[in-house]
Amino acid sequence: MNKLLTVSLSPHEHGKESTKKLMYGVVISLAPALLATVWFFGWSALIVTSVSVVSCMVFEYLITKFILKREPSVDDGSAIVTGLLLAFCLPTNLPIGIIILGSLVAIGVGKMTFGGLGNNPFNPALVGRVFLFLSFPVQMTTWPVPNGFKTSFTDAITGATPLSILNENYDKIPVDSIMTDPELGMPGYQQLFWGDMGGSLGEIAAFALIIGLIYMLIRKIITWHIPVSILGTVAVFTGILWLANPGSNADPLYHLMTGGLLLGAIYMATDYVTSPMSRKGMIVYGVGIGLITVLIRRFGAYPEGVQFAILIMNAFTPLINTYMKPSRFGEEVKNG
Amino acid sequence: MSSVVLITIISLTLLGLVAALILYFVAQKFKVYEDPRIDEVEEALPAANCGGCGFAGCRNFAEALVRSETFEGLNCPVGGSETMVKVAEILGREAPEIEPRVAVVRCNGTPDNRKRTSFYDGVMNCTIAHNLYGGETDCPYGCLGLGECVEACDFDAMYMDKKTGLPVIIDDNCVACGACVKACPRDIIELRKKARKDRKIYVSCVNKDKGGPAKKACDVACIGCGKCEQVCNFDAITIENNLAFIDSDKCKFCRKCEPVCPTGAILELNFPPRKTEQKKEPEKAEA
Amino acid sequence: MLKTFPKGGVHPPENKISAEAAIDILPVPEQVIIPVGQHLGAPAEPVVERGETVKAGQVIASSKGFVSANIHSSVSGKVLKIDRILDSSGYKQTSIVINVDGDEWIESVDRGTDLKKEIKLTGEEIIKKCAESGIVGMGGATFPSHVKLSLPPGKTCDVLIINGVECEPYLTSDHRLMLEKPEELLTGTTLLMKALGVNRAMIGIENNKPDAIAKLQSLAGDYEGISVHGLKVKYPQGAEKQLIKALINREVPSGGLPIDVGTVVHNVGTAYAVYEAIQKNKPLVERVVTVSGKELDKPVNLLTRIGTPVSKLIEYAGGLSDNTAKVVNGGPMMGKAIGSLDVPVTKGTSGIILIKKDEARRKKTGPCIRCSKCISACPMGLEPYLLMTLAEKELYEKAEKNRIMDCMECGSCSFICPANRPLLDYIRLAKNNVGRMIKERKQK
Repeated sequence: MNKLLTVSLSPHEHGKESTKKLMYGVVISLAPALLATVWFFGWSALIVTSVSVVSCMVFEYLITKFILKREPSVDDGSAIVTGLLLAFCLPTNLPIGIIILGSLVAIGVGKMTFGGLGNNPFNPALVGRVFLFLSFPVQMTTWPVPNGFKTSFTDAITGATPLSILNENYDKIPVDSIMTDPELGMPGYQQLFWGDMGGSLGEIAAFALIIGLIYMLIRKIITWHIPVSILGTVAVFTGILWLANPGSNADPLYHLMTGGLLLGAIYMATDYVTSPMSRKGMIVYGVGIGLITVLIRRFGAYPEGVQFAILIMNAFTPLINTYMKPSRFGEEVKNG
Repeated sequence: MSSVVLITIISLTLLGLVAALILYFVAQKFKVYEDPRIDEVEEALPAANCGGCGFAGCRNFAEALVRSETFEGLNCPVGGSETMVKVAEILGREAPEIEPRVAVVRCNGTPDNRKRTSFYDGVMNCTIAHNLYGGETDCPYGCLGLGECVEACDFDAMYMDKKTGLPVIIDDNCVACGACVKACPRDIIELRKKARKDRKIYVSCVNKDKGGPAKKACDVACIGCGKCEQVCNFDAITIENNLAFIDSDKCKFCRKCEPVCPTGAILELNFPPRKTEQKKEPEKAEA
Repeated sequence: MLKTFPKGGVHPPENKISAEAAIDILPVPEQVIIPVGQHLGAPAEPVVERGETVKAGQVIASSKGFVSANIHSSVSGKVLKIDRILDSSGYKQTSIVINVDGDEWIESVDRGTDLKKEIKLTGEEIIKKCAESGIVGMGGATFPSHVKLSLPPGKTCDVLIINGVECEPYLTSDHRLMLEKPEELLTGTTLLMKALGVNRAMIGIENNKPDAIAKLQSLAGDYEGISVHGLKVKYPQGAEKQLIKALINREVPSGGLPIDVGTVVHNVGTAYAVYEAIQKNKPLVERVVTVSGKELDKPVNLLTRIGTPVSKLIEYAGGLSDNTAKVVNGGPMMGKAIGSLDVPVTKGTSGIILIKKDEARRKKTGPCIRCSKCISACPMGLEPYLLMTLAEKELYEKAEKNRIMDCMECGSCSFICPANRPLLDYIRLAKNNVGRMIKERKQK
């Protein structure tokens, strides 16, 4: 034998999945939502998304190569996912400088300070988003009215989101009148589902996000546990509130389809790195997020609570991982 | 100054004083008595916390030194004689006689000497490769070249020579703490007594196979022929399991063994060239 | 609904390309190398000397202690030497090398192929004869069978399980055995039932072997108490704990054995070897080995004498192509890669798999993305990502608490990890150290 055989430890076969494929799978599942936002917001959607994605990738490359002094692996797709998800939390008329700053914080602080992919305790896109929200509250809460490709990018016509209208008017006007008042312009269920309303890029089109969820479930990128437990908890708690006091609470279906809940439940909360590893843990995590979201929405100062809820539960993930272990095969034998 | 600022300064100062008093009394009441000599001894130690003494850090070693009556089994390889003498002074005891040691890699299986017969693909960790199989060559005792020893060294005294695939020890930095010895899954590294001018003479092989298979696997293997044992006048060489061993405590560096080794397994380093005919030294990267 | 085990499991491509190849008889080689330690437990001690003439079926090394097995010569000829020789473990082991001369067997062995169904021995005599014939587990674990059949005091067995699952990709030796020697297998099962004193046996076969399931089901009616069950195709269905869970829904406790839940598991190959040993007085000296791989011209299933060098099998199957980079002894999930083709076939060699270049190298390792696919894949409910981290940091007590010793090294975690992390490598390393730690603790 004049050729050397390779010797390595078993297993000698490997499955088809890779980090790259999983990340790009998430990118593909976001395609329907991206198309929906372009349909409703026009060029500005494309600009915001591409600025966010490109700056996330550039920052990750620069920080990995020059500060961490490691081989950059931007092609694994995780920076692209962060960029997309960050873009989807922003209003389409956000100045480009602010978007870039958000990307820097998301990647630099939210991911790289902890050591790069796999080491961050908090969802990087949400870290960037919350930073921008707290630092630029005005720019982050003026939403352009969708008008297809005629939507103004810089300023002019801006409108409020359904949740912010509700938040302002809770306990002042009965909810029924809020919903039907033409001046307030609350979208009906149809609009919520198809997306013809004000809000950030990713908030608007429920159907597009649900298509994305189905795609990810089929491709086994995520499991049903986290989205279902979040949405289920929100439905249950808003349902309880609504049944108890329909005058000052919107119904559960409305709550499920407004705001960043779907985006958060399907994409943000299911981020691998920051969510628990065992099935039981995932359900506890989802319930926690749902509960905190409802509390902030209904009783807190902010109209939308998903971003904070997810970040708070991210902090609990290591604890959940330590105590909620998967069920073992075979019981323990004493003096084994 | 406005009254607000004045009140603030006074109240905070008072608060600080009260806190300081409380802390002082508590510190006094709950103080753990420690032999003050432990602190002094700890000062004298090199503070490397390498574990070479066998204890968990310099403080732990200092406690052991103060507690024990003699220096039996207590030695700081990093600080060496200098440190032990200082410690002896503090504790009022006789300074122990220690001979400095240095680590030596007992394998010379370079790719020229030891043919590669397979290719290892996997984690670059010696223990993992050792548990898998004999290695990329036909010598199942020899160095695997994956560098677990180099990683274990805290004193920058080792590096992996890329051409030979063997670890190299930088004598000046080596403090004989023993971390590399423990790390090597094949016990190839040995702590030998340090000689003047960094001279070394040792059997650079740990192959325990009989002569035939040993030599087949590696040109410079020790075949256990015993010629070195015969020629040594100081009883420093023993042969066990087809392998020769030169005891560094007994060796007088007379150099009689090196030329009689038929395979060149015995290496002599940092000696002046012999006055007899040209001797071709086996290939070895110098530290 | 086909039965299966509920937790974990992966789906490697089956690649059963040798399933149609009927068992060929590999010609006896010129020289055999028979290691004395082909089983779990103490290696046997040689009882022949250099220069001695031996016959096939003769004892050449005898078992040392209870958990050990006899070694018999698989050929007739002269003992060349008894020396330490490289075997598939990657290290040298004491082996008896015999130069082959003719093919003479000891007189007691019946080499006829007629079926002998009548059982003349008692249960105890069967166990004794198994021990004498050197029968060990042929699924790859090579545990001495007579030890498994001797129930410890206080333990009872109510069902025998025969493992015809063969869940590893490429391997088809059990499949062909079930198709070509079904009655011998069923007789062997009946012998094992008698040895254990049970009246119920279940044969589990994965659903990718419908012909074997059909064949055995049609014949099992003639044998009392034997039922045949198809199982869902999922790796590692053939692991005994998973097989027991799927067939009779009992979980073997951690650190325990199948007998703790009232059952004993034997491989179909072992059942066949038991038949040959009891009914034909033939000790374990040959076995069916699958030689397979995408590069081979004709993948085969070869009836091979123990001690035949692997090179001879590869030669018979068409030779090593230039594109072959790795040769695996066993299946691709749990088998051991060998560095030299001179290593011999032993009692536990179920297959020789040739892997081509582009599939042989590991891909680049990335950081753990905490996707939890390893947790979904682990059939024992462990957390491989955590065990690898604990192994790297040498936190062995914590690893023990996280049940690292339950790991059966099936490889599902490393298989599925999207970041190509060497999970199993580190878990194995930690298991060694934790095992040592436990041993030291017990000795105190």
